Amino acid sequence: MSDIQFNHVQTAHCECGVISNIFRFYGLDISEPMALGIGAGLFFGHLPFVKVNGVPGTTYRVVPGAIFSRVCKRLGVKMESHTFSSVEKATTELDKVLEKGMPVGLQSSVYYLPYFPESYRFHFNAHNLVIYGKKNGNYLVSDPIMENVTEIDPKSLAEARFAKGFPAPKGKMYYPVVVPREVDFTAPIKAGIKQTCSDMLNIPLPWFGVKGIRFLAKRLRHYPEKVGDRRATLYLGNIIRMQEEIGTGGAGFRFMYAAFLQEAAGVLKRDDLLGMAQELTAIGDVWRNFAFTAGRVCKSRTTTGNGYAELSDLMMECAASEDVFFRKLAALKL
Amino acid sequence: MKKEEVPQDGDNMHEGKFKQLFYATDDAGAYVKVNSVGWEPENIAMQQAWEEVNTKIETARRRMEAGEVSPILYYMEKTIMDLPLLASYVNKFQWQVKRHLKPHVFRKLSDDTLRKYAAAFKISLEELKKAGQ
Repeated sequence: MSDIQFNHVQTAHCECGVISNIFRFYGLDISEPMALGIGAGLFFGHLPFVKVNGVPGTTYRVVPGAIFSRVCKRLGVKMESHTFSSVEKATTELDKVLEKGMPVGLQSSVYYLPYFPESYRFHFNAHNLVIYGKKNGNYLVSDPIMENVTEIDPKSLAEARFAKGFPAPKGKMYYPVVVPREVDFTAPIKAGIKQTCSDMLNIPLPWFGVKGIRFLAKRLRHYPEKVGDRRATLYLGNIIRMQEEIGTGGAGFRFMYAAFLQEAAGVLKRDDLLGMAQELTAIGDVWRNFAFTAGRVCKSRTTTGNGYAELSDLMMECAASEDVFFRKLAALKL
Repeated sequence: MKKEEVPQDGDNMHEGKFKQLFYATDDAGAYVKVNSVGWEPENIAMQQAWEEVNTKIETARRRMEAGEVSPILYYMEKTIMDLPLLASYVNKFQWQVKRHLKPHVFRKLSDDTLRKYAAAFKISLEELKKAGQ
């Protein structure tokens, strides 16, 4: 069962990466940006009342698992997915599927993955990886964000699969049972773009989409006087990490989405999407500029001067550009 | 971001183990994948997050040594957990865990309860008990 030939390709984001790597195993070629686009993964949300370690949550992507389920639905892939009440059952079931020669996707916590860089090992429970076999008692891992395949001991894997906290993986494992080999990407691409535009523009709540960016920009301006210098830099640090830490492909998924638009232009034979990709790249550059300036503000640890006001303005600029961009994208007759 | 502009600011936080992947444009404007060893703002943000963790651990250690809190607080900080997370690991309510942070309550805890904590912290029962003396 250890001779599954699994072709591991490093990706930026774990969820899109697992989709891309597993589907390719079954002969369905889909790139990581394509998975992001069809799964309508690009998003923005800022939830001041959902705090992680006392810091308000910011996200540049949709909720974990959503990309996966949307891609499956749009491409006609049928997945089998299980959670478990005990480690024993979860291990037995994993071994059983591996024995059939099928790679298995797992939800896990990064805290318990020994091969992960120490500095990234916080209690983050929505990581995805692929187990594609067993060798000398260890499991063979294709972790999409790592350059190469690696191994993990059963004890660590069990801990990672049964980590507590939110969202608890509960040993979740998944694998495709029906994968069509030839899929026309045209309709899925259109559906994905439509959903992303709608998510960014139409949610009637202040925390999400373009409204959410403006919402955070306004709050950001008053961080120093509201929460004090130290917490202000921590809050800011978290915004940077969500935007630039592993998995985003740069600028909070904006560059990856631009790559998707380029690929989509080829599939749909629409040159106007190339122009849109270029525009989004420019917006991504403003986001990067924001992160760069924010990093400087964090490092200086002072709130003197107008660092936070400047950051707020930069983020407002992002909001304004994304507002224009997604309205234009939504208006394209695809 | 052009591919030449993909930052390569190594800072040893990745321990040379890992290069992350970025999407950047080539000369013709087409997207390609580029590896990066790190970027300054992310490095700063990550260092800052770890400094915060380490400060909390240090404070908890001092308070434990001064007899103000039980070792549970120290080990909770050391394993980067917070109260809700630790409570779910040991199958208790948060108010119970909070009580167990008091040294005099900690000393009266049964071995069974302590074993749950030790397992969550991945240390031995003896280690946890010894830290409480």
